[in-house]
Amino acid sequence: MSAAQAAEQAAEQAARGAYGRLVALLAARTGDVAAAEDALSDAFQSALRHWPGTGVPDRPEAWLLTVARRRLGHARRHRGVADGARVALEWLATPDSPVELPDRRLQLMLVCAHSAIAAEARAPLMLQTVLGLDAARIASCYLASPAAMAQRLVRAKARIRTAGIPFELPGPEALPTRLSSVLEGIYGAYGTGWADVSGADAAVRGLAEEAIWLARVVVALSPEPEARGLLAMMLHAEARRPARRSGDGAYVPLSQQDTALWSRPLMAEAEALLREAARAGTLGRFQLEAAIQSFHISARLTGQRADGALLALYDALADIAPTAGVLVARAAALAEAGHPAAARTALDALGPELAQHQPWWATRARVMALLGDASGAREAARRAAALTEDPAVRAFLLAGLFQPA
Amino acid sequence: MEYVMLFAETPAERGRRETQDAPVYWGAWTAYMEALQAAGVMRGGAGLLPPEAGTTLRLRGAERLVQTGPFADSQEQLGGYVLLDVPNLDAALEWAARAPCAGAGAVEIRPILSAGG
Repeated sequence: MSAAQAAEQAAEQAARGAYGRLVALLAARTGDVAAAEDALSDAFQSALRHWPGTGVPDRPEAWLLTVARRRLGHARRHRGVADGARVALEWLATPDSPVELPDRRLQLMLVCAHSAIAAEARAPLMLQTVLGLDAARIASCYLASPAAMAQRLVRAKARIRTAGIPFELPGPEALPTRLSSVLEGIYGAYGTGWADVSGADAAVRGLAEEAIWLARVVVALSPEPEARGLLAMMLHAEARRPARRSGDGAYVPLSQQDTALWSRPLMAEAEALLREAARAGTLGRFQLEAAIQSFHISARLTGQRADGALLALYDALADIAPTAGVLVARAAALAEAGHPAAARTALDALGPELAQHQPWWATRARVMALLGDASGAREAARRAAALTEDPAVRAFLLAGLFQPA
Repeated sequence: MEYVMLFAETPAERGRRETQDAPVYWGAWTAYMEALQAAGVMRGGAGLLPPEAGTTLRLRGAERLVQTGPFADSQEQLGGYVLLDVPNLDAALEWAARAPCAGAGAVEIRPILSAGG
């Protein structure tokens, strides 16, 4: 490998592993995320120029941080702001390379998910600042145009600076509340394009890996039980990913999945996280969703239905988080527990607002079939097929319509 | 805001019209059109016969050049269109993503040129 290739690889590795850490450290000092990203991007380019000649430094992250800090100090001196000189001196006086770089990513995520930031910008902002994803990739996951997403991100960063959102950890009493919007953001990223992650068969795609990465960061940096619940829920869903599609790409519902394909290590990790969360003794939405996943899975593995326990969990979840996805999933659980008439009443009550909600129609199709209304079931399945973005799910729903019953 | 969604299909996708897969192919499109209508966002639209059924005309000087087939020589060909009335591009993208050809071909979303602008 040539020196240039080695340098490029080292820079890339440092970027992947440390991007969020470095942005967090840089932005924590100035409150300016966009400037931190610019400085870091300059530092990466500088690395690509210097490392082939000098060799890759022992601690590439510290090297990048030092260069980015100088850039940032330089930029501030030249901006001519009132306190520019003082800040610049402070910057230059900062010891350049502590042996252990402090991890401020949690603070960065709290800033990104602050209530002063537009709700729809929070998760994209975390994905960009913590993981370094570019706006075009984020836009495609959120079905937004790249230009609109880039603008949303720029606005949010400007708001962080002008509103003076602090890069500080709130006290222990305020932390859970502040963290909950971080977790919401991660959950949103995980379920993007899919309204119902709580259902046992949610299609998981796009940002799933990145969302799991973000959740791991939060779990590593905070004791919050709900963070463990969220990670457990996502790992449970991930564990079943290989079984969700047949060899030729066809959709396989949970009840027909080959359980041998489920990842045992991911499931075990999820269960361990869930137990750890339970020890804190505070129940929350994500722990409940993870527990629901856990019950669905063990029912398949042991062949013993757990309808009563599932319904109780869905009821508790609907009390805490009565979102459309949760209420529809609860109706589905009612139907499977042998109460299809009650399920239909529950769906009807949700009715008009969910006219374009795919899971509502898919659940309705199942409920109508259980009630013996074949034409009602077909009509609902057709609408569910029309509203999905997933070709495999569409084919599954339509195939049911064209098979003799 | 008004957009037109142009549905581009690959030969394989279009070919499903002629196979035993045809009921599922048409079922998906009919269901999609019904959902658009039920949501009140569709101002019009149509499916098209295959590109081979098309005729293309060019006037070159006084000469009329008429050829069979489409004007664009590409794998993906226009299979139909829908005139869409939605608040913004993000809403249009959501409907485009649900189109049966989005997975196997493409959907182009083009704003309608309005009289004033």
